[in-house]
Amino acid sequence: MALPPNVSQAAFDAALRAWRGAVGADWVFTRDEDVALYRDAYSPFWGEPEEKVASAAVAPQTLEQVQAVVRTANEHRIPLYAISTGRNLAYGGSAPVLSGSVVLDLKRMNRVLELNERNAYALVEPGVSYFDLYDAIQKAGLDVWIDPPDPGWGSVIGNALDGGGGWTASPFRDHFGSHCGMEVVLANGEVVRTGMGALPNGKSWQHNKWGYGPWVDGLFRQGNMGVVTKMGFYLMPRPEVLCTSIVQVFEQEHVVPLLDVLNLLENQHVVNGSTQLFNGAFGPPGTGARPVWTAQVPIYGPEKVVQAQMEYCREKFARVPNCRFTMGEIFRTPLDAATLGRVRKVNFGVPDLSTFAMLGRTQASPDPAGGHIGFSPIIPRTGEAVLEYLAFYRENLAQVSEGGKLNFLGPVFMTNWERTMVAMIMFPIGRDKAMNARMRAAFERWVELAAARGWAEYRAPAAFQDLCAQTYSFNDHSLRRFRETIKDAVDPNGILSPGRYGVWPRAFRNR
Amino acid sequence: MRRLSLFLPIAAVLAAPAGLAADAAPSGKAVYEHWCAPCHAPGPGHPGTQSLQVKYGGRTPAVLLERKDLTPQAIAAFVRTGVLSMPPFRKTEVTDADLAALSRYIADTAAGR
Repeated sequence: MALPPNVSQAAFDAALRAWRGAVGADWVFTRDEDVALYRDAYSPFWGEPEEKVASAAVAPQTLEQVQAVVRTANEHRIPLYAISTGRNLAYGGSAPVLSGSVVLDLKRMNRVLELNERNAYALVEPGVSYFDLYDAIQKAGLDVWIDPPDPGWGSVIGNALDGGGGWTASPFRDHFGSHCGMEVVLANGEVVRTGMGALPNGKSWQHNKWGYGPWVDGLFRQGNMGVVTKMGFYLMPRPEVLCTSIVQVFEQEHVVPLLDVLNLLENQHVVNGSTQLFNGAFGPPGTGARPVWTAQVPIYGPEKVVQAQMEYCREKFARVPNCRFTMGEIFRTPLDAATLGRVRKVNFGVPDLSTFAMLGRTQASPDPAGGHIGFSPIIPRTGEAVLEYLAFYRENLAQVSEGGKLNFLGPVFMTNWERTMVAMIMFPIGRDKAMNARMRAAFERWVELAAARGWAEYRAPAAFQDLCAQTYSFNDHSLRRFRETIKDAVDPNGILSPGRYGVWPRAFRNR
Repeated sequence: MRRLSLFLPIAAVLAAPAGLAADAAPSGKAVYEHWCAPCHAPGPGHPGTQSLQVKYGGRTPAVLLERKDLTPQAIAAFVRTGVLSMPPFRKTEVTDADLAALSRYIADTAAGR
């Protein structure tokens, strides 16, 4: 068993004894084979000395147990790394950012504390997955939807805190943005409730997210200022229908007016679904009948309203040169089983794991790497920016891909959040250390090249969180230094998730 | 919206654990349905089944519950070490008792018991 950094054997033994007393011996894991279960299955450093691994894990089931575990860690200055369901694959999974940290595994805190149909919200603990929340809603017979991300086994809280997004309507697709109130254990063990939750006998914790005074919830997004033990989330009243139309243009530069119209429609909240943008820029030239750009235009809502909104969309897209608008099928909800079997379930609020098919064996790829990581810079949501990014990608592709020998995939343009365009590049990661090293080098190169053009990552694998944080360097890293000031104030011993998203406490800053 | 919600406080405080019951004797069927079926059930949309179809080419069933050759040791190895995109499962997710119940359920189902 490895020791946490800067911790003596005696201090670690004392902490383990205290944790066993607090949560029960069965839920403190120190044997190598148990701790190995916390390795990041998609680690780009798998099996190498730099792989980020835990020293132990402790799994509380209640708020009071979390407080006890944190107080003990603070007393002995042992770094903890909090995970919720630990399914944050491609972003670190259940492994810590700082090797040797003790994983604070919150999976056993799996209660759906409240479901409210009238005001459409849920209050959950960190171990509740999207599958769990969906099942609880079905069991209660409530007429509300969740917004699932691609993998349904992820934590509702964990995904929101990591900055994840989903596939139904705005604003629910922005998982952090659609939360309302949280409960947090600070490094000294104290419990804080945010927003209206700070009011004793408050009755509107999940009704108003702002509360009174400076809003602090953002400190816990991609952060390490506390351990979040409860969060409220807005749910979506089941929409009558979903209709997804398709718009296509046939010239490269027509992505500019296409996105202008799409942006207008989304910013008017006429289009509320997830409008993805697909390009055929690396296929045959965009002449003839083959579209160069395709966007989907999904609208959720009452059928009569959606019909009218779609007509409005058709009129607006008519101003785009040579634009083909194909009206989509109207899906009336709830879907029957046969219909659900032929659609992408997550677009209908039903969690699944079908996305993993892209990582599994196929006839074309019978021996895949298995894992992946992604570089996902935010670029402006304009056609000009999309074209600039495409040109940038082409200019650098040969060099970064070693003349085409590295099979990373990109760019994939995603519009999961309002007013946002993500231009993702995906890298296969497996058990071939030499290939992983080349993929890491390519990842790092793309980060550097993109930062030089003013584009940077919204969310990063644990191995690259420092690298990506360093690109946000305005005014001599003043934002990072500000966060460090807060971190040192609220967690002076630096015990909570050191290094997460590039925020290092004083104790480890010069490691 | 259903009329019910106009009159009753649907703000039901549930406070019930989601997923599997933590303290009850584990049901192999429940473990399978919660942790395995999303990837390994029959039919499209199940990436584990799709991947195993390619791997075995029909020589061995791709559907988990049709496998008669999986020993408890093999099942434990896959659950605790993972393979390709399937990650390992921690003991806070699938306990050792869950794993034993799962192995029995897969063996019994494949044998038609």
